[in-house]
Amino acid sequence: MNLFTAVNEGMRQAMKTDDTAITFGEDVAFGGVFRCSVGLREEFGSDRVFNTPLCEQGIAGFGIGYAAMGGTAIAEIQFGDYIFPAFDQLVNEAAKFRYRSGGQWDCGGLTVRTPVGAVGHGGHYHSQSPEAYFTHTPGIKVVMPRGPIDAKGLLLASIRDPNPVVFMEPKVLYRAAVEDVPEGDYEVELGKGEIMRPGRDVTVVGWGGQLRVLEKACDLAASVGIECELIDLKTLSPWDVEIVSNSVMKTGRLVVSHEAPITGGFAGEIVSKIQEECFLSLEAPAKRVCGQDTPFPLVFEKFYIPDETKNFEAIKEVVNF
Amino acid sequence: MPLTTELRVYDHDETPPGTWPVFRVMDEDGSLRDPSVGQSYIDSHSPTLDEAHAIKMFRTMARLSQMDHIFLNAQRQGRISFYMSSQGEEAVHIGSSSALTLQDTIFAQYRETGVLMWRGFTMDQFADQCFSNKGDLGKGRQMPVHYGSRALNWHTISSPLTTQLPQAAGAAMAMKLKAKREGKDSSDGVAVCYFGDGAASEGDFHAAMNFASTLETPVIFFCRNNGFAISTPVRDQYRGDGIVSRAKGYGMYGIRVDGNDLFAVHAATAKAKEIALRENRPVLLETMSYRVGHHSTSDDSTRYRSTDEIKKWTEEDNPIDRFQRYCEGKGWLDDKMVAQIMDEERMQVLQALEKAEKKGPPELSTLFDDIYKEKTPELIRQEEALLEHIAKYPEKYQGGGH
Repeated sequence: MNLFTAVNEGMRQAMKTDDTAITFGEDVAFGGVFRCSVGLREEFGSDRVFNTPLCEQGIAGFGIGYAAMGGTAIAEIQFGDYIFPAFDQLVNEAAKFRYRSGGQWDCGGLTVRTPVGAVGHGGHYHSQSPEAYFTHTPGIKVVMPRGPIDAKGLLLASIRDPNPVVFMEPKVLYRAAVEDVPEGDYEVELGKGEIMRPGRDVTVVGWGGQLRVLEKACDLAASVGIECELIDLKTLSPWDVEIVSNSVMKTGRLVVSHEAPITGGFAGEIVSKIQEECFLSLEAPAKRVCGQDTPFPLVFEKFYIPDETKNFEAIKEVVNF
Repeated sequence: MPLTTELRVYDHDETPPGTWPVFRVMDEDGSLRDPSVGQSYIDSHSPTLDEAHAIKMFRTMARLSQMDHIFLNAQRQGRISFYMSSQGEEAVHIGSSSALTLQDTIFAQYRETGVLMWRGFTMDQFADQCFSNKGDLGKGRQMPVHYGSRALNWHTISSPLTTQLPQAAGAAMAMKLKAKREGKDSSDGVAVCYFGDGAASEGDFHAAMNFASTLETPVIFFCRNNGFAISTPVRDQYRGDGIVSRAKGYGMYGIRVDGNDLFAVHAATAKAKEIALRENRPVLLETMSYRVGHHSTSDDSTRYRSTDEIKKWTEEDNPIDRFQRYCEGKGWLDDKMVAQIMDEERMQVLQALEKAEKKGPPELSTLFDDIYKEKTPELIRQEEALLEHIAKYPEKYQGGGH
């Protein structure tokens, strides 16, 4: 099945096993603009699957309040590019809800799902990857699956995780990514990365849609005899420091790649941490291959994005340092 | 604004022509403005308004008033870092709180101390929070007056304004759906969110009104219109007819109340709750009163308003005095009793203050708890590093906080 069907299945499973679970947001009732909520209203009823007015701060605030009373709130923000009106609610309220109450209250039942990432023609406002704004905030978790199998399992884990989670879905994969997704109920553990392919020469780290690009880059590298160890972080906050540092202690070289602009991007956090933990193992400076520091352009998208050739060059650079 | 003695919550399709009237039961001198109508509200007051209950309400207002005076002074003396008083809104607090139960879930702003007090938060608990000591339920994490109590169904206060409004709509939805799952006709309680005239300008107000109306949730949006948002008078805050007039635009019920009238506030809150529960629809309730005190201990309001104006509201139209006169008329209070009650409450507050001041801060180990439900590996690392550092400079890091 593809990614939107996997997300749909994840939500279905969550709602079957938790009668407080509701899903809401703009246009979710008819199935959602990306078809992620198709069939849910028919199956679970209009009390549990409903449209909200067009207002992201309302969606987030409403979800927080619902979760504060012990319910499971699966909120959808139609595009990650539009999550910013909800930023105050997510960063000032959701992230701090448990801590500021001294542990008396929490909104752990809140999960905010939102499509992110380049899609070929999205331009400034249908292509953003806003993960770095949220990884900087203690108290919320940030998760991004790379494909349908992970999407269902990570979504179920996120919904059931007793902390508020922002779940970012690479929209370009909704239809394009097709995998053999297991039926039934399963979770993929949060906070744990995965080594997609082992290798001895260089550690390559990414998340979400970027992993397809990195797989191509690793294939290009293999064709010139470079063995890459490719890691999918899956959870960006809290991130699996151990899996990356263990890998870099073995390979001595690191490349991190993401679509979001390079300055202030999450790759900076990874590289900083790894150079602290693995300095003596490093054979070369770490390299970040990211979006340019520009708003996401339309006509020049292919020049902006960190594609497989840019990553291939970076891999060669760190290996040949 | 016109006064009315009729308790009427207007639906959006039948709003009053012209300025929305202010519902009042009791005049400034403590007498019933319209005795027959007013008496009916007093008779239907629940819990029963007998002498014991009246004294309890008066005593709670007295305690709030004493707490405000003493804690303001404590801040000036450097004993607590910050405080916000509720002077002028004692009837808003006790009037509304006494019409609600612990089944109602409360989202407040920061000037609702009396509401929480009535629900059962003790002076010790108030003082502990203001001193950020080891007894603070919030574990010393926030500034004074940011109270929270799960046991009293009171969500922890946060400084960003108005964020609690859409949350209250969501909480009300949770209660509504829970009742449905349990096969009940209506939920056990409503969500009530308090906010000020200034907070009503934030985008979250609009978000909340619209969500509560379209999603049909049992929530009371309780606006304390006290004339000011720090130094900004209402003339610079909005140009419409206060806050309640916006109810029509959202398809909601609305009622405006004299905030200095304990009976009117109580009756209106009870009515709003009744409607919200019965119809699963929100109600916008606006109390008109005056913020007698400064915005906070960081404010000197004489810089933007006249001392004459403050004096007028303190002496001529004071909610505590108004209720006291009513009680004196019933023979329930006299000067001697009032003085005694004030004294007793003053002692209680002072004792709580002294007790709280002596308690030490929470354990340092709590710094890294409750960010998530579990402690993450990175937080464990940071805690270890911090403890190592502190061990190297023990004198610099002695004790807790400020």
